[in-house]
Amino acid sequence: MDPIKESLLKTSKAAKKEKKGKLISEFCIALIIIAVVAIFYFVASKGLATFFTNKINLWDFLTKTDWNPGVKDSHGHPEVGALPMIVGSFGVTFLSAIVATPFAIGTAIFMTEISPKRGYRIMQPVTELLVGIPSVVYGFIGLSVVVPFIRRTFGGSGFGILSGTFVLFVMILPTVTSMSVDALKAVPRHYREASLALGATRWQTIYRVVLRAATPGILTGIVFGMARAFGEALAVQMVIGNAALLPKNLISPASTLTSVLTSGIGNTVMGSLQNNALWSLALLLLLMSLFFNLVVRWIGKRGAVK
Amino acid sequence: MNSKKWDKVATAVLYAVALFIIVILFTLLAYILIQGLPHVTWHFLTSPAKAFTKGGGIGIQLFNSFYLLFLSMLISVPISIGAGIYLAEYAPKNWVTDLLRNAIEILSSLPSVVVGLFGFLVFVLQFGFGFSILSGALALTLFNLPLLTRNVEDSLEAVSFSQVEAGMGLGLSRWTTVLHIILPEALPGIITGMILGAGRVFGEAAALIYTAGQSAPALDFTNWNPFYIASPLNPMRPAETLAVHIWKINSEGIMPDATAVSAGSSAVLVLAVLLFNLAARVIGNRIYKKLTAE
Repeated sequence: MDPIKESLLKTSKAAKKEKKGKLISEFCIALIIIAVVAIFYFVASKGLATFFTNKINLWDFLTKTDWNPGVKDSHGHPEVGALPMIVGSFGVTFLSAIVATPFAIGTAIFMTEISPKRGYRIMQPVTELLVGIPSVVYGFIGLSVVVPFIRRTFGGSGFGILSGTFVLFVMILPTVTSMSVDALKAVPRHYREASLALGATRWQTIYRVVLRAATPGILTGIVFGMARAFGEALAVQMVIGNAALLPKNLISPASTLTSVLTSGIGNTVMGSLQNNALWSLALLLLLMSLFFNLVVRWIGKRGAVK
Repeated sequence: MNSKKWDKVATAVLYAVALFIIVILFTLLAYILIQGLPHVTWHFLTSPAKAFTKGGGIGIQLFNSFYLLFLSMLISVPISIGAGIYLAEYAPKNWVTDLLRNAIEILSSLPSVVVGLFGFLVFVLQFGFGFSILSGALALTLFNLPLLTRNVEDSLEAVSFSQVEAGMGLGLSRWTTVLHIILPEALPGIITGMILGAGRVFGEAAALIYTAGQSAPALDFTNWNPFYIASPLNPMRPAETLAVHIWKINSEGIMPDATAVSAGSSAVLVLAVLLFNLAARVIGNRIYKKLTAE
């Protein structure tokens, strides 16, 4: 064969390199996907063992209030009622979201509508820094400032859902704020112009036009904030008191799914019921974060139709 | 009250809210630094921690934090760049790609404690790495990968398509175009994202408690052979990081000066994170200027 024909028929060096490059990038993405699948597989297989191997009733697990997997109750069933933790987790999540939302939306409006130049330049780094402070530092401040403060003001030990709410409020505030800012920024300028041209004041424009148009985006931000609050472990664990009891009020020691996990998993033996029950809590946590994800997607879809 | 007055009231309230947030941040920072900085001495930064007596430092924890950060970035940076390139340049527009993106989104929204538990189950127990820097670095990689990948993808997508066309027009393959034209232009954004990710990893503790462990055995800083058990570079030794240390001494510490040590450690941690944020900004700008010859 003549050399020219041969070089034309053979795969060129560049084509080989291209193939190799594409393969490398596909390999990287495959690694990530494998990791996601593995996380779901392992956590689910461990978490479901409580129900399949140890034969715990799922309904009992979700609704009973006695958490003491090593002890059997009067019927001979182990006490694995996760309701106190579920209540604790949802309690701090909703309360902190309720407290944080007005502040976050207010800040976001301030950044985009009231003072879009100077205010934005100041608040942008402020929210970034609040995100950057590590959660253990929030926990430490909660422990040394918030808990004593609540103890002095409301009595009790100071540990409880209220302290957790205060700490989480500051932690999710920047998340909700920055997503609300994005949502408000995405509202087309002519909406505002039309409203102002009708003689509406700036606040009327914000309240009746801009906020309404940005609602899906703001809701997404709130759900993201809640997801963060729900999954936050150490900061909450340090201030909530870690008593696996149904909280009587906001200042009695309680616990969340994450706090029980962080303090418990090292003290149990792999494969035992105590350990499996903890993995079920982890599975619950995983499913909830999946649920928050779906909610975000659903809001996004509904918002996009309009 | 008429609408003009309402407008004034609302504006005042919004100013108050913004001011309130600023006050929170500055109170937080001031509290951490005023409480912590007096404890931060050279001795504190370099001496090992003490379990039962006063005067312990954070030397080993500080080193562990940086080493763990280095190792996890070493693993996650190449993978995230590869995955980002795939998503930005190669991924076809179909349901498989959507699924991939969703999976990455889900990974990024997983609570870090779940990632830590997975690491405990798989890296520590199944793979038999034990409580070690390696397990910790792998767990942190999982925690960091989705955000880095997203950052790489966004930075690559921000490069104008005419650059791709120019590269292709010169007869370059897609891969060469990406490697030599797109990637360099996207580099400032990528590096900024990496440094911000590093700051996040540096402060992470929940994913490390059950992977890198909660103990910091004494290190021999004269022996840098990575296979020697007390060597600082040995990736198979348990390594409590600074963030884990703060958590640990606050939940079960029994040393008499626990508050002082955690205040000092918090100050160091926050300063490091601030430094990372600042570096991200400065380095990103500088590289951008250099590459675009502005």
